[in-house]
Amino acid sequence: MDSIPILKMGEYLLVSIQVDMHDRLALTLQDDLTNRIVKTGAKGVLIDISSLEIIDSFIGLILSNIASMSRILDAETVVVGMQPAVAITLVELGLFLAGIRTALNIEKGMDLLRASLEFPPGESVNRAKK
Amino acid sequence: MQRSETLDIRSSSDIVQVRQKVRMWTQQLGFSLVEQTKIVTAASELARNTMEYGKGGTVQLEELNDENRHGLRLTFEDEGPGIPNIALAMNDGYTTGGGLGLGLSGAKRLMDEFEITSEVNQGTRVTITRWRYFNRR
Repeated sequence: MDSIPILKMGEYLLVSIQVDMHDRLALTLQDDLTNRIVKTGAKGVLIDISSLEIIDSFIGLILSNIASMSRILDAETVVVGMQPAVAITLVELGLFLAGIRTALNIEKGMDLLRASLEFPPGESVNRAKK
Repeated sequence: MQRSETLDIRSSSDIVQVRQKVRMWTQQLGFSLVEQTKIVTAASELARNTMEYGKGGTVQLEELNDENRHGLRLTFEDEGPGIPNIALAMNDGYTTGGGLGLGLSGAKRLMDEFEITSEVNQGTRVTITRWRYFNRR
């Protein structure tokens, strides 16, 4: 596979990582996503990693970069479907993926993205319970 | 029967090969899914170090058999520039290459045994081992 497909769904971009990525593929994904966000004006990026059996520090860095670049381009990123064994390993590896929002699955990820469009992070969400 | 196999690490696609080969071995040795993930992740970190910093090298996979345990030992070797200050390199976050600086310290945390030797201008060898005990469950 030369590149990972990026799907557009309204204001969101969806990516599903199904293969064990070699470095170039991961870097291409980073660039492609950034370009697509600019081109489409997407407000949210959802990355499905439910098929990823390994996240090492390189992939972790790629995910961090994607989240940071998206934010600069006024889009939120949510990573969904992390496998439990991967989560356990990441903590022990010392990779905490700070600044990357996560959700259990695509549905919850989309809910999170929609909510963040309504209440952008940084704004107070202390809406009075009237 | 002690098995052993050596793989080349020259390019980033070799890193993928190493991950897949190590995954296969961990499965054959009966490691749990979490253990497999830790071992393969450690291998990925060290394979990348070998390629990037070591300018290419090899990894030897060895099956170890003791009375009450099986083990997988991975030895990463290169003839690259070497590490001038190993203690410094072992700090979380220390990197000379723009990475996250977790490769060596992370691999050590993920495995049972970790050994590193390095000589400037001669090369580096990192050996990691993980055991699976029979009578534990």
